[in-house]
Amino acid sequence: MSLTREEVEKVSLLGRLRLTEEELALMTAQLGQIVEYVQLLSELNTDDVEPMAHAVELSNVFRDDVLVASYDRAEMLANAPRSDGECYLVPAVLGE
Amino acid sequence: MTTRYELIIGLEVHVQLLTRTKLFCGCSTRFGAPPNTQTCPVCVGMPGVLPVMNRRAFELALKTAVALRCQIAPFTKWDRKQYYYPDLPKGYQISQYDLPFSSDGCLEISDPKGRFERKRVGIIRVHLEEDAGKSMHDEAHGRADSRIDLNRAGVPLLEIVSQPDMRSPLEAKAYLTELKLLLSYLGVSDCNMQEGSLRVDANVNLHVYTPDGHLVPTPIVEIKNMNSFRAVERALAYEAERQFKVWQETGQRLGDVPKQTRGWDDVANITRPQRHKEESSDYRYFPDPDLVPVIVSEAEVEAVRQSLGELPAEMRNRLEVAYNISPYDSDVLVNQGQALVAYFEQVAQQCGDGKLASNWIQQDVLRTLKERTIGIDEYPVSAQRLAELLRAVRAGRVDTMRGREVLARMLDTGRTVDETMAELGIAQLDEAQLMALCKELVAENPKLVADVRAGKLQAAGAFVGQAKRKNPNVNPARVRELVLELIQGQSEG
Repeated sequence: MSLTREEVEKVSLLGRLRLTEEELALMTAQLGQIVEYVQLLSELNTDDVEPMAHAVELSNVFRDDVLVASYDRAEMLANAPRSDGECYLVPAVLGE
Repeated sequence: MTTRYELIIGLEVHVQLLTRTKLFCGCSTRFGAPPNTQTCPVCVGMPGVLPVMNRRAFELALKTAVALRCQIAPFTKWDRKQYYYPDLPKGYQISQYDLPFSSDGCLEISDPKGRFERKRVGIIRVHLEEDAGKSMHDEAHGRADSRIDLNRAGVPLLEIVSQPDMRSPLEAKAYLTELKLLLSYLGVSDCNMQEGSLRVDANVNLHVYTPDGHLVPTPIVEIKNMNSFRAVERALAYEAERQFKVWQETGQRLGDVPKQTRGWDDVANITRPQRHKEESSDYRYFPDPDLVPVIVSEAEVEAVRQSLGELPAEMRNRLEVAYNISPYDSDVLVNQGQALVAYFEQVAQQCGDGKLASNWIQQDVLRTLKERTIGIDEYPVSAQRLAELLRAVRAGRVDTMRGREVLARMLDTGRTVDETMAELGIAQLDEAQLMALCKELVAENPKLVADVRAGKLQAAGAFVGQAKRKNPNVNPARVRELVLELIQGQSEG
């Protein structure tokens, strides 16, 4: 098995997923298979290959510092489960 | 038992760059707009949107890094720093991880009062990233919800990370003051701490020198929530003592406990431990596939270097040499910004006395600017007029005290030096007028004359006072001379 149960537990915590025992076992197996599959790549010798930062051969794509009208607040807030008309409302966040 | 320790301080500064629009979209960066009125699908992280880098933000970032004498990376990219927080709508912040656009710079700090040795503070890296939104908690009313304003989400920030090169709260403050000055000379940020355009976090620990001659580093503590340079100074001073106590009680060394984060409480004057963001240390950075890398050529870096203009450190040195003023004076002037320095230079050149110009500007002009909370560009007396007044002072046409009256009046009337001097009745008395006045005084004051003869020299001062009451334009030194001559002449005759 290429992934341990603990690793999957940690990843699910980082992804804010609450998995049941069964799901955890299933995910450990399935994610493990994916990792194993990708590991096939490590058979290639890449010693002399420079790491790629991006998949496309483009660089220096910029836009000018020009103001564009923002979206209407009501329209933006409507995407959230809850708002008070001014701000998004989320469960209390205490401290920083 | 005397155990000595040294305070080790590194600072992490975030500054908002002076762009019109956000880092990756065209929404405004203006401070103070109603919540959530400056957002769009890009900055709130809707699926399918594509960020495009603001050229101006990159240029300002580059300018800053070059001014901080950083190495500029020929190739740089942006990465996703992933964590969950309600004010981070995408679930990741676009930042720079392993290939920041600049590294290995420095900033020189010194204290004009000589309280610490001039030193170079190393800059580990400067990188360009986006800001998060703002969460507001109404804890006082025990409200169940936090409110999120995403106006700030996506605003361009420069993160400037120093080496742990500072050894006292004073040095830390000097570093921040000099950095802020540099940024404002460059015009890259307004550095307004109240509006959050400049934020400071500190990493602090101690090097304890034990009696048996060992150096023991204590665990590093990160201090947040310092809202002014003064707060930074006080938080660091507090933390030094607190950490030393903890060391004495626990003997904990660097590495024994995980890095702690503490928040400065400006009212209670203490730092308090802060909650850890859950699993916050695992950011799982990876290159952001939505953004392409940026390549910067040597020629571009050189062009930026040429465009910097004179920076504060160079300017201080030049003023000291060119105008023969002290390091303290040049520091005060340069710290006021380029406009004030330009004003000083005009006055100094036109009146021909740098020291005199510096004194008047520091004592009179700066006081007025402070009282009226205005900038030098709004100061009513032009450099040319102040220079004219100082020429009159140098020529003895008006003494320093009356000169101040002239300046005060010019501030309100906007008239010329000559007009103002005429209005105040300041006209030089010629030698004959002065002699007549002194003869009168000697005749009117036999008792004072007797005192002077008896060797009481302070009596001569009384003559000067009387002379000034008769005519405020008298030259006090000359009155004194003449009176003494007259009295001496009488006794000889």
